[in-house]
Amino acid sequence: MAEALLERLNEERHRVKIGLAEMLKGGVIMDVTTPEQARIAEAAGAAAVMALERIPADIRRDGGVARMSSPDLIQAIQEAVSIPVMAKCRIGHFAEAQVLEALEIDFIDESEVLTPADDRYHIDKWAFRVPFVCGATNLGEALRRIGEGAAMIRTKGEAGSGNIVEAVRHLRQIVTDIRRLTVLGEEERMTVAKELGAPYDLVCWVAEHGRLPVPNFSAGGVATPADAALVRQLGAEAVFVGSGIFRSEDPEARARAIVMATTHYDDPQAVLEACRGLKGAMRGIELTEIPPGQRLAERGW
Amino acid sequence: MNIGILALQGDVEAHADTLARLGVTPRFVRRAEALETVAALVIPGGESTTMSRLIERQDLLAPLQAFAAERPVFGTCAGLVLMARDPGDPRVTSLGLLDIEVSRNAYGRQIHSFTTTLEGRATGPVKAVFIRAPRIEAVGPEVEVLLTHAGHPVLVAQGPHLGCAFHPELNTDPRLHAWWLKRAGLLDPRESAA
Repeated sequence: MAEALLERLNEERHRVKIGLAEMLKGGVIMDVTTPEQARIAEAAGAAAVMALERIPADIRRDGGVARMSSPDLIQAIQEAVSIPVMAKCRIGHFAEAQVLEALEIDFIDESEVLTPADDRYHIDKWAFRVPFVCGATNLGEALRRIGEGAAMIRTKGEAGSGNIVEAVRHLRQIVTDIRRLTVLGEEERMTVAKELGAPYDLVCWVAEHGRLPVPNFSAGGVATPADAALVRQLGAEAVFVGSGIFRSEDPEARARAIVMATTHYDDPQAVLEACRGLKGAMRGIELTEIPPGQRLAERGW
Repeated sequence: MNIGILALQGDVEAHADTLARLGVTPRFVRRAEALETVAALVIPGGESTTMSRLIERQDLLAPLQAFAAERPVFGTCAGLVLMARDPGDPRVTSLGLLDIEVSRNAYGRQIHSFTTTLEGRATGPVKAVFIRAPRIEAVGPEVEVLLTHAGHPVLVAQGPHLGCAFHPELNTDPRLHAWWLKRAGLLDPRESAA
């Protein structure tokens, strides 16, 4: 079976899915809740938009069960822009994912931001022709999702918090886990696969290549251009921005600034220019204000 | 010799890996000054609207056009759209390097993305990955059509410039990059692009 999983990753059908993730590299994927916001995001330079009924900050505030967005809203957003449109389904809710595929969504986010539909299993993502992105907090979680067929990984961070600390924690954890694998002896890999809870053949692949076999993006807590530059320098290949744009006082200018900082992430002068003249960022939540049971990053198995 | 890759957004790394297989040094170009250090420029796949906005905001249009008047440019997918005289969408900034008309995402959304093998006299068999690809709807008299798919040109050349609707770089297949550089005299014709 080990070889079978690596072969599956290399199948043309899967390469085409990873191909779209490759095209989004260096870009910003913005959460939008209306066609008008989608047009603002596209004009600001977003590489894709995530169509949502409520941004994560509002989901957090409102409570209740958060589900896949209405197909009518998603379709209106698809019609408003030319860039790829993503949408979220609940963890394990393969029927929501089927509906999104029937809508010809470009990317499905099996997301911890929505209320999980299955408390043990994620979706079998190999069964779909549309690519999936999944959140991860460490390498084991990332490799389990890739083993299930995810074509892109994003750090979870803490969605809707406006606080970058969790995204940084998860990104550092994944990068450190990968680095550690590359210096292990071959005899150590099986035990590490057991500790990570990750497929052994993917552990070997990462040990030999020093990276994930799919693109690795960052999400959850990006609110400023400097936040985007930070996660890019820590190894994120692109940036998801949720509540950070349309919860700020000047969404258009902030969206443009985050796009600029994501491209010029290693040029402090350019990030400085991007930061200038912006009005207030979203207020944000200190992580200790969130009771442990309400942390979205804990969802996922 | 340095070959530049316009690194505003997109699959920059895939092009860098492909160029590295030809023994040339890829250099990421994010500012106009960097154009002075490269002999040719690749415009990668990605989102043509995103690249357009970044080109506008950094006043890169004139420097890119001045560069292309003297040196070769190769664009894939979004890169092809930017090079088209008519990109078929007011949201895209045209560099006007290829006398072609394109329509963006004409093959449909991601679920219609596909892989196929194309056969051309200049290229041999090429495995072609089309991702939300643009379609070339019309070509001018000075445009050379090198590959077609389903009756539409998918690889075209004009002067020193080359444009491609699919992504050779996703297979790290360096033959089209090699063909482009050799034609411009920037790569030894004996260099085999294995």
